[in-house]
This record gives sequence, C-alpha cells and structure tokens, in this order.
Amino acid sequence: MSRETTGTAVTATSSPEQRSPKIAVDLRAVEMRFELPGGGTTVALQDIDLRIGAGEFVSIIGPSGCGKSTLLRIVGDLIRPTSGTVEVNGKGAHQARLDRDYGMVFQAPVLFDWRTVAANVRLPLEILGLDQRERERRVAEMLELVELSGFLNHYPYQLSGGMQQRVAIARALSLQPALLLMDEPFGALDEMTRERLNAEVLRIWRQTGTTVIFVTHSIPEAVFLSTRVAVMSPRPGRIIDVVEVDLPQPRNESTRESERYFELVTDVRESLRGRRQRASNERLKTEGPAG
Amino acid sequence: MTVDRTRRKRFLGIAAFLAAFAVVWEGVKWVAGDPWRLTGIGYEHHPPFRIIQFSDRHLPHLWDIAAAFVKPFQRNADYSLGRYLLDQALYTWQEAIIGFVAGAIIGIILASVFVHSGILERAFVPYVVASQTIPIVALAPLIVVSFGSGLTSVVIIATYLTFFPVTIAVMRGLRSPDPRAVELMRSFAASRWDIYRKVRLPASVPYLFSALKIAAAASVVGTIIGEGPGGVPHGLGRAILTFNQQYITGPEKLWATILVAASVGIAFFVLVRVAEVLTMRRRGIALP
Repeated sequence: MSRETTGTAVTATSSPEQRSPKIAVDLRAVEMRFELPGGGTTVALQDIDLRIGAGEFVSIIGPSGCGKSTLLRIVGDLIRPTSGTVEVNGKGAHQARLDRDYGMVFQAPVLFDWRTVAANVRLPLEILGLDQRERERRVAEMLELVELSGFLNHYPYQLSGGMQQRVAIARALSLQPALLLMDEPFGALDEMTRERLNAEVLRIWRQTGTTVIFVTHSIPEAVFLSTRVAVMSPRPGRIIDVVEVDLPQPRNESTRESERYFELVTDVRESLRGRRQRASNERLKTEGPAG
Repeated sequence: MTVDRTRRKRFLGIAAFLAAFAVVWEGVKWVAGDPWRLTGIGYEHHPPFRIIQFSDRHLPHLWDIAAAFVKPFQRNADYSLGRYLLDQALYTWQEAIIGFVAGAIIGIILASVFVHSGILERAFVPYVVASQTIPIVALAPLIVVSFGSGLTSVVIIATYLTFFPVTIAVMRGLRSPDPRAVELMRSFAASRWDIYRKVRLPASVPYLFSALKIAAAASVVGTIIGEGPGGVPHGLGRAILTFNQQYITGPEKLWATILVAASVGIAFFVLVRVAEVLTMRRRGIALP
C-alpha cells in the first residue's frame, strides 16, 4: 500500500523531516452537532475515528446528507467540531491551515471570472507572498501538471466544465499542500469526462505524492481512485466500514474491467447497505494503514 | 454580426422613438396650438381647436427651440445660446463629476465598513436610508448656509445624491461571492483583508456599475438643483433659473436648456455604460 513517492515527486513541498510523520490525518472521537433554527440540536457526525497515512488516497462515501462534506470541512479547519480532536501532520487542524497544508477542490470549480487561468492558479501564491518569478514558475508547473499549459491567458468562461475543474485542481496544488481535500470534485461532470479526470487525478497523486481525501457518492469512482474507502451511514454520520482497496498501482482503464475491481465495488455497495462483515476492517479503521 | 444587427436595431429604435415623439409634439400643436405662420415658405395653418397648454408659449415648435440654439443668448450678446449652454453644461458636468467621484468613494468605503461590521451596519444603515427620504430641495439651503455659497456646497449636494445607491449596491456586491469562494480563501489561510481585496471587491464590480449608472444621472440632477440655492454664477441650474424668469419673452430658451441638461445626464450615463461594457467583456459577460 505504501508507495515510493520521493523519486517521482515533481513538487516536493516538504522536506523529508516534515514528511516523516506517517500519519497525515488523525481524527479521534469527532462529533458535530448543529443548532436547529427552531431550537434543539441535530447530530451530523458521531464517533468519527479515522487515521490516514501520509501518501494515502482515502475516499469518503455515503448517502447524501450523511455529513461527508462536513467531515471534510472539519479536517480542513473550515468548521470546528463540537468535540473530538483533529490532527494533521502531527499538529492541530487550525495550525495546519495557517501553515498552508491544505489544497481544496469543490464540486463547482469556484474560479474567479475576472482572473485568467494563470491568475486563478496564482491566487494562493499571491496570498503566500511569493516573489513574482517563483510564482510564474510554479503556475507554469501546475498548469503543465493538469495539461492546460496552452490556456494560460484564457478566461474561465472560455473553458469547458472539465477544464475548469482541472484549473481548480492546479490552484489547489499550487501551494504544494501535504493534504488535498476534494469535495465531490467531479459530481457535476458527465461520465466520460469524469473517468478521464479520475485517471488524471491518480496521475497527479502519483507525481506529487500528496495525501488525498476524496468525498464522493460514486462507488466506482471511490474504488478506482482509493487506497481505502471509508463508508458512512446516514445521519448521524458514522464511519461504518473501511474497505481496503488492494488493486495494483498504477491503475488504468483495464483496472475498471478487472474481477477484483467488481468485487470491491460490491463490497462497498454492501457496506453502504449495512450488510457487509465488518470485522476484517475494524483494524484498519482505528489503526491506519499497515506499514 | 449579430452584435452589429442588435446595435443597428437599437439605434433604429431610438430614432423611431424620437421621430414619433416629434410627430406627437407637433401633431397636438397642429390640432390645438397657435396658428402656424411659416413665413419662409409662406405656409399658414389655423388649428381647429385651442388648448392653452399647446400654445407657442407653453409648447414651442421644435424648430423654434432648435433655432434658439444659434440665436444670441441675450439681446445684444455676441455669442449664441448654444455656445452659452455648452459652457454652462461643461461647468455643471465638472461639478457633477467631482460629486460623483466623491459619492462613489464614500459609498464604497461605507459599504466596506458595513459588510465587515454587523454592529456598525445595524447602527448606521438606517440613517443612511433615512438621509435619502429628506427632499434635497429642503436640504440644499441648509447645506449652503453651512458651507457658504459656491462650488463646495454644490458638490456636497451632488455627493449626497450619489453615495446612497453606491453604498447599497456595493454592500450587496461585497456579499455576492459564493460562500465556497470564501472557504477556498480561508483554506489558503487568507486574511480578511486578502478576501476583501482579492474576492469581495472584484466580485462587487458589476453591482458597482449598476449603481454608478444611477449615480451618474443623480449627480447631474443634484448639481443642477444645488446650483440654485448654491448661488454659483454659472451652470445649467443658474441658466434654468434665468430663463425661467425670462420665460414669457423666450420660452424656447428654457426648453433648449432642459434639452441640454438631459443630454448631460445621458452623456454621463453612456460614459459609465461604456466603461461597464469594456470591463465586463473581459470577464466574458456580454451585456445586452
């Protein structure tokens, strides 16, 4: 499951010391309650325990409204959990955000229509305060990574939905984050574009060595992309199962046709229905990946 | 190609409207105005009815208004009314631009403060709204008493009419970004200042332009109204007061002045509109 990333990483953000903690994300007893407008509270997330190793690709899957996006926002320190602890790279989520350890991609590209493609990708670097030469260098590198080098000076409206989402990915990666958080990034795209971008995300993941948390409601997508799939129950959202995906890397279109792939898709589907034997995965859920 | 066609259509629409307007204007005079005596071509016509509002004094012939532009603006004056009005229009426009710019800046600052402070918003927005319910004709003399007659007072009045639409629209514009855009910025550890200048402010530009178009017209009206009590010796407001007094002897002069005043407002509006179209085109938004 662990991959050799140092050799292929084109964007080695962090020095080896920073990379060394093996656990990238550590969630312990996370619970999220929301106040209801009419009084009372609703429990969105309960008993969330999850450890994600550095360099892993973990999908979170569950029925809509189960709190998977909320969980992603908690990891990214965009909201604070009601209780429980969140550690990212050995520090609190808040500190991790201030250290710019995150890259975020949403379902909508959220590009700024007054900025060109290059200027959209450059935005985080402007906030970071990089000097202009380094900024331009990194923008070019990121656009090359998502294969949009020829679209530097285009405006977002001139791109297709899939291309816009690739710009959003380039922007999220421009800070060379240790952790990429993706919230149903391809949910609004057609199936063919989606499959192509799935392959592209895997390639980027291999090249950058970043840890990815990927929220989706597509079972095939989750299985194809992930090293592990965390399955959530309807509200109150809990992680009811973690399916280890032992498909060989690098994955490609023939992966989607392999027998093991279909078995794993079935496993995840049965988990979602609450019918799968859970014992075998209990260990993974609490202890993180082996090795 | 389609853009050209729409443009031509719009131009034809405006021309058709103006032509229809002229026909109605002269039509009512033909039916119920004063007798027509076009000495140049020897034409004479006696309308069958008489309605006082359509008489030459109340509703001069369009050609008389047009002719007034080239006649001396006063008896024995050595330059034409057109020249005189052009000078006054430029003077008024100058005042209006100062008021417009000051009002826009004040509006943007107020909106920025209100959007970032709920307490200040709740405390002061009601007064901003209340300020606009006071008729400007009541307020103008008070401003002149406080700031003395002259340019300052006129500009303050124009500013007063300008800042309000800008404040309200920019507040909306600053709040217009997708909440995820703000989350995205926070994920980069952006400060509130970064979010303001990199996301909120650029996102408010379309809203700002909507308000500036209203403000352009309002600043001209404010200036003209202010010029009366403001006691400036120039400007269209002054010209309107003067020709109002001379209405009996030369009604077409007042009509000509009204025409010029409207043109200044329209020209200012068009200028803002052109800036808007050029700005929005860069964002891929083709305005209708």
